Parts: sequence; C-alpha cells; structure tokens
Amino acid sequence: MFSKSSRIRKGVLPGFGITMGVTLLYMVIIVALPLLAMVLKTASLGWAEFWSIVTSDRALSTYRITLGTAAIATLINASFGLLLAWVLVRYEFPGKRLIDGLIDLPFALPTAIAGLALVTVFSRNGWFGQYLEPMGIKIAYAPLGIAIAMAFTSAPFVIRTVQPVLEDLSDDVEQAAQTLGARPWQIFRHIIWPMIFPAFLAGSALSFARSLGEFGAIVFISGNLPFKTEVTSLLVFIRLDEFDYPSAAALAMVMLIVAFLMLLTTNLIQAWQLRYAERS
Amino acid sequence: MANGRTAVRDNGAQKKKRGPWQVALILAAVGLSALFLGVPLAVIFTSAFGGGVGVFWREITEPSTLHAIWLTVLTAIVVVPINMIFGICVAWLVTRFRFPGRRLLITFVEIPFSVSPIVAGVIYLFLYGSQGLLGPFLEAHDIRIMFTVPAIFLVSLFVTCPFVARELIPLMEVQGSDEEEAAITLGATGLQTFFYVTLPNIKWALLYGAVLCNARVMGEFGATSIVSGAIRGKTNTLPLQVELLFNDYNTVGAFAAASTLAFIALLTLVLKYILERKAHG
Repeated sequence: MFSKSSRIRKGVLPGFGITMGVTLLYMVIIVALPLLAMVLKTASLGWAEFWSIVTSDRALSTYRITLGTAAIATLINASFGLLLAWVLVRYEFPGKRLIDGLIDLPFALPTAIAGLALVTVFSRNGWFGQYLEPMGIKIAYAPLGIAIAMAFTSAPFVIRTVQPVLEDLSDDVEQAAQTLGARPWQIFRHIIWPMIFPAFLAGSALSFARSLGEFGAIVFISGNLPFKTEVTSLLVFIRLDEFDYPSAAALAMVMLIVAFLMLLTTNLIQAWQLRYAERS
Repeated sequence: MANGRTAVRDNGAQKKKRGPWQVALILAAVGLSALFLGVPLAVIFTSAFGGGVGVFWREITEPSTLHAIWLTVLTAIVVVPINMIFGICVAWLVTRFRFPGRRLLITFVEIPFSVSPIVAGVIYLFLYGSQGLLGPFLEAHDIRIMFTVPAIFLVSLFVTCPFVARELIPLMEVQGSDEEEAAITLGATGLQTFFYVTLPNIKWALLYGAVLCNARVMGEFGATSIVSGAIRGKTNTLPLQVELLFNDYNTVGAFAAASTLAFIALLTLVLKYILERKAHG
C-alpha cells in the first residue's frame, strides 16, 4: 500500500522497504497486538458487566483518590518546577550544575526504589516523619503520601519543558519594560508569564498524566487501604491477584482510555505551544 | 515529552548584584531540591551501609538477590540492543522518507510512554496468559510465556521502545540527508552509507537513548510484577526483589538491593550529562 503511492518521496536513499517492514512488524508484535488483546478481552465482557465493574463503589473511590492525589502532585510540581526552571536559567550560584543534573533523578531512579526511600523518610521513625507526625501531618500510609510519591516520580516534567523556553526568551522586551518603569513583578506577570505559559501547561499536563498511571512508588507508601489510599492502578493489580480477570481488564481499559485522552490533550497543548513559539 | 537536554547556560544569567528576592528564590530552590530529591537518595545509601560494608556485602550476595541482579542485567542485555536497532529503523524511516501516515506512526511509537506500567503488564497478560488471546494456542503447543523470563523481556521491550527513537528522530531531522545522498550517489552501498556516514553523526544520541532505555529496563516494576509472577530465584528482577525483601521486613536487605539500583541511577545521570554535551557539540 505504501510503495506504489506517488506521494512517497523516496529520493536516492535506500532502506525504505526494510525499515518500514521492521518498524511495522515490531509495532504490531510489541505494541498493537497486546493492546488489541486487552480491547478484545474487555469487549467480551459486554457493556452491562463492563459498566457495573467500572462504576462499582470501590472503583469510583479509586478514581476519586487517583484524581485528587494526582491534582495535588501536579500542583506541587507546577510550583516546584516553575521555581527551579526560573532559578536555574536566571541566576548564578554555587552548585547550580549539580542541581541541574539532580533534577532528572526521578526519571533515572526506579519508581519502586523511590517509593521505598519515601516511605522510609516519612514513616513515624523516619527523618521527616518523626517531626511531621507529632504535628498531626500523616504522610506515609495516607493520601498525602500518594501525592508525594506521584510528585517525586513526575518532578522533572515542568522544569524540563519551561527551562528551554525561558532560556530562549530574548531580554529586549524585558529591558524595554524596565526602562518604561515596569516593576519586576509586572514584567513577570505581563511579559514573561504569557510566553512560558503554554510550556508550563504542557509540563503540568505531562506530570498529571504520569501521576494517574503511577504504581511502583505508590505501592510502598500508600498502605493500600480500600476506599482510603487505594489508587486505580493498585486496584487493577489486586484484581489480578484475585484472578478476577474481567474486573482487571475493565479497569485497565478505563486507565488506557484516560491515558489516550491525556496523550491527545498534551499533544494539542504542545502543538499550540509550537505555534505560539513560532509567532513570537 | 520533556527530554532534559537543556544545558545550563551562563550567558543568559544576570550578573548584577543579588537582591533579597534573588537570594530568597535561590535558597528556596536549593533547599527544596535537597529535601525533595537529595534526602530520598541519601536515605537509600545510609540505610544500605548503616550496618557497615560487611552487612551490605552479606545481603547483596544472598543467592536470591544475586539471581535478581543477574536477571536484571540479562534483561538489559537482551532488550537494550533490540530497541536500539528498532530506534534506528524508525528514525531512518520517518526522517529519510515522506509517506502517508508518517506523523501517525511517530505518535504510535510514543504510545508506551503514555501507558501506565500496570496497563502494560495487563495487556501482555491478556495476550499470552491462559485467559488471553493466544492462551489456548500456546497451551495446545505446550508453550509457556507468562510468568517466565521471556515475558519480562517482552514487556520491557514494550515500555522502552520509544526511548532511542525519540532521541534520534529530532537529531536526524535536523541533520538532513545531504551527506547520505552524496555517499549513495558516489556509489556507496546502503550499509556502507549507514556505518560510515550516518552512525558517526548519531552515535552520541544513540548512546544517550540507550542509557535512558537501560535505566528504565533495569528499574521497571509495575509491568514486570504482573507478567513475571515474581518467583523468588527464578523470575524476580531487582526492583521486585526489593519489594519482596521489604515485605519480609528485611529492611537492610531491601536497601542493599535498592542501593545498587540507586547507584545505577546516579551513573545514568553522569553518563547523561556527558553524552548530552557530546551529542550537542
């Protein structure tokens, strides 16, 4: 279907057939076929059973907890990310390179190891927990712990999307505003913020999307109490453990649909950001 | 996706005197990074070595942990080269040719990044498991994939298949194909062109992608915990072993195993730093 099309510009370079063949074969075996298998499995349930599984009380409570904690995690990362991106681009200070390198730690460190470290730090005898728990702030085995685990594993997104935009910002507009008597806050609010906002939004959306599917870090710190600290990914895992395959398939399908919606959203935001960057 | 290849630049920074706001922001950024990123890292190493090197060594050389280390390394040895070749194929295809569905293909390759590790495990279970699409066929032919080592390879291929491709695609797009076309016109074969013209141009980005791919393969937890069955001493990778030891209340053992992965994460960050510089001149 591809090789005969006149819309293909092949030029002189070889390798179209073989790379297309390898790519399609690999994508079918590794990505498409497993996805299809789960869609078929879910379809075999029938609409009524699917609906009753995904709207059961326990499932609904996991959506609430997952969305709520992911929202908190995204808020944490949005503020932390904006601060870090700003400081790393605009200021010089000792240890700057070390911090810039350390930012990517959450992507390099296995999520399970992050979870183990976080639960140890925030448990009653932990480095932070011993001070926080007497103050009535419970993090380990509580929803706040889930939010912190999500925030840790998706921390680099906002920083790494805002940083390049902030770097490419030419400072002539800022200087003009300064000459005209604008205060630093006004410059940020009216000049810098509108320029970095699309990137900031894209980073936040990526962070939120990652948080919705997080599992490894959460399983250590959440305590896994139904209706209290049980996220959707965890309920899928529990249903598999109970050999309740229909429930696992239906809930995983919900997660997959949400993931695709988030992928669509982030792609739209990034396309907007690109157009925005080209215009300015 | 955020790809973190932004180098810290000095020239954009303001070299003027530091105002109180600037000092406050820097202190907040450094303090929060230390608390949020530094402390979890520190707690891993202090807990792993808290009982001395002897205790650490005894825990790490415990047979099931040793087996988990070996299985994790084996998975990386199998998965990373395959996804490097796949990444090169995809990048060559979408940057050297224009064809209908090209953008769709690029989006499709990125899918595993958007899918939760748990969902990745579940889709493989419903393909190869006894309840799955190929289950009856595999059983009839007495082939077992689920809860074996090959299942770990397959699911790792899934979760890391975009890593190399997404480092190579933007780079090869920018580089263009002039040099390769010249080589072909002058009579070089396709493979000669690839090895003598393309590969030298993309080698650092290729390695960079491979390093990130490796980190994810070695650290994958959710997907492997579903498809491997986490059988002690058989299909238990290192992250699963950490969880198992933690649930056994063997905290020292868990942290000893975790510290090896944390060490690999630090090594990844160092390699990433070096390769980023090389890849971008």
